[in-house]
Amino acid sequence: MGHVNAFLTNVFAGLALGSTYALVALGFVVIYKSTGVINFAQGGLLALGAYFGYTFASNLAIAFGVAILLACLAAAAAGASVERLVLRRMVGQPPFAVIMITIGLLFVIEPLITAIWGFDSLPIKNPWNIRTVEVGGLVFGVRDLWTIGLTAAVVVAFFLFFRFTAFGLAMRATAFDPEAALAQGISARRVYAVSWAIAAALAALAGITLAAGPAGLSPSISFIAFAAFPAMILGGLDSPAGAVLGGLVIGLAEALTRGYQDELFSWAGSNVSVIVPYLLMILILLIRPYGLLGTKDVRRI
Amino acid sequence: MKVKPHRNLVRGYAQDLRLFGSPAAKAGLAAMLLVLLVLPTIVQDDFWLSVLIYSGITAIGAIGLNLLTGYCGQISLGHAFFIGAGAYCAALVGGDLGLPLPLWLLASAATGAVLGGLIGPFALRLRGHYLAIVTLGLIFIGEHLWRNLTALTGGNNGTSVLAQPRIGPVDLGALEIAGENYSRNQGYFWLVWVLVALVALLAKNLARTRPGRALCAVRDHDQAAEVIGVRAGRYKIGAFMVSSAIASMAGALFGSYQQHVSPDDWTLLLSIQYIAIIIVGGLGTIFGSILGAVFVGALPALIDEYSSAIPGVATDAGGDGFISVFALNQAIFGLLIVLFLVFEPRGLAGIWFRVKAYFKAWPFSY
Repeated sequence: MGHVNAFLTNVFAGLALGSTYALVALGFVVIYKSTGVINFAQGGLLALGAYFGYTFASNLAIAFGVAILLACLAAAAAGASVERLVLRRMVGQPPFAVIMITIGLLFVIEPLITAIWGFDSLPIKNPWNIRTVEVGGLVFGVRDLWTIGLTAAVVVAFFLFFRFTAFGLAMRATAFDPEAALAQGISARRVYAVSWAIAAALAALAGITLAAGPAGLSPSISFIAFAAFPAMILGGLDSPAGAVLGGLVIGLAEALTRGYQDELFSWAGSNVSVIVPYLLMILILLIRPYGLLGTKDVRRI
Repeated sequence: MKVKPHRNLVRGYAQDLRLFGSPAAKAGLAAMLLVLLVLPTIVQDDFWLSVLIYSGITAIGAIGLNLLTGYCGQISLGHAFFIGAGAYCAALVGGDLGLPLPLWLLASAATGAVLGGLIGPFALRLRGHYLAIVTLGLIFIGEHLWRNLTALTGGNNGTSVLAQPRIGPVDLGALEIAGENYSRNQGYFWLVWVLVALVALLAKNLARTRPGRALCAVRDHDQAAEVIGVRAGRYKIGAFMVSSAIASMAGALFGSYQQHVSPDDWTLLLSIQYIAIIIVGGLGTIFGSILGAVFVGALPALIDEYSSAIPGVATDAGGDGFISVFALNQAIFGLLIVLFLVFEPRGLAGIWFRVKAYFKAWPFSY
């Protein structure tokens, strides 16, 4: 029984971690689909959103639920303005230039955060904290439960938005064929701005739920976004469903490796779980370069 | 009377591709070489010499990255991995085995080439975004290796690199020519910058001949290149190998000069620094890589030295000021990348070419 419990606990931790990855990866996919850009600055937006959350919840003492919402909105505004000020100028440039721009942005946002909020680990005032509930002999962290629940809700809302609203349709049309969409009177500018805003809001949610944990909030939180790249690649660059799937798979793999580090993976060195996402990514790229659910791209000369 | 053609008139491919162009260019190169040889005897200050040595080492690595990214168009965020591998190889071959300079330098280059040859095949299946992310993964996987292969790398505490700059009886660390003694820094300056010149010459030759043209064709459109008879795959892997061999050489020099390296030296920031260098210097130019390395490569050392004079910079963990030296470096690299890509995508080399074209075409420059 002890083994089963330990396994289930690891799986649960993996699902919670995977939810965070899924949110970030979903943000990558939204931006990639509509603008063709992989946003390396997502980690910066995630950290920014989490720090907004800290300011609202701890400094201004706003109720945690409202603080999350406000932080997501603030991050969305930040994401949209980044798109407007920098990325808009890069439309039509080769991928190299655009990737580098987003990396440059990441390296600007991070020091900006440390300049404003400092390096120290900050506690976000939140009702979850380290509380746990026990169900049938299994102990669940309240924060993990909320992370999984919120992610599930957001993912459902996300798919409903793209499936049933006019603007969601406009965004899908732009992703499919920007010129045809323009000809139908869809504002590509607004689509680009909104997709950055959505991605930033998703990242902010991921950031806050992560920072509400026992580790608290520190600038290195942005690194989580790097581990979400494998999630996106695993699922396929252009597949939202793939991003969620990829996120969960990567999260599970990482948590299980960590859980069984001493028993099974001690030969691979300490903290091998940190690089498991990348190893999985390389493996999947060798077998299916376009990911599990992605579409194979057809290139013309 | 025989009329000589105008000096700007090009009458054939050979002339267009020649290595040393007009007499002015030759004179300029000769002057630069002279400065190189004389400079350490004029500037004897250890700080400035070390800044220039680090710039030179960075220039070597940047030339490597520019061959891969600027010429062949393959995005690599994993340059720091190869640099680190080179440093550890130097520690092993030059330090533990005690072999002389040419051998540990070549061994590092060979290690880099092998590792590049292992990573290169990924570039066959992946392009653009995917390659950037895989090479990003390489940084993290590499970091894990460096921290855990304690026998080779010393783990988190790092290892000392005892590779000596010695060729036969000549020790560049304590040079003695005609009764005159030269310091370690002076010796390293000559060593590093002569190597910069050699690597630049090699890279320039590569770039102006058939392989270089093939690389450019692959960069512009790999499938179209394949159609006109360029083996795109072979050149991509080749570019990876050459680039990482050069990077490993830079790493070996870095380790040998610094005498101690740790996994914290080969983080993503180092890769980003190299990318900032080739963007600031100019993508697809050898000359730009060196220019960029001198401008950007010297920055961290300068900021570190003068951090107390820059307002708002905290010099130590507990000090006041709102930004640390590390964060300031990071922000500057980020800003340089963004600003140059938005406003001057061709980099410093592009500015130089424009100025040159202006004067060349004067008074008809517009």
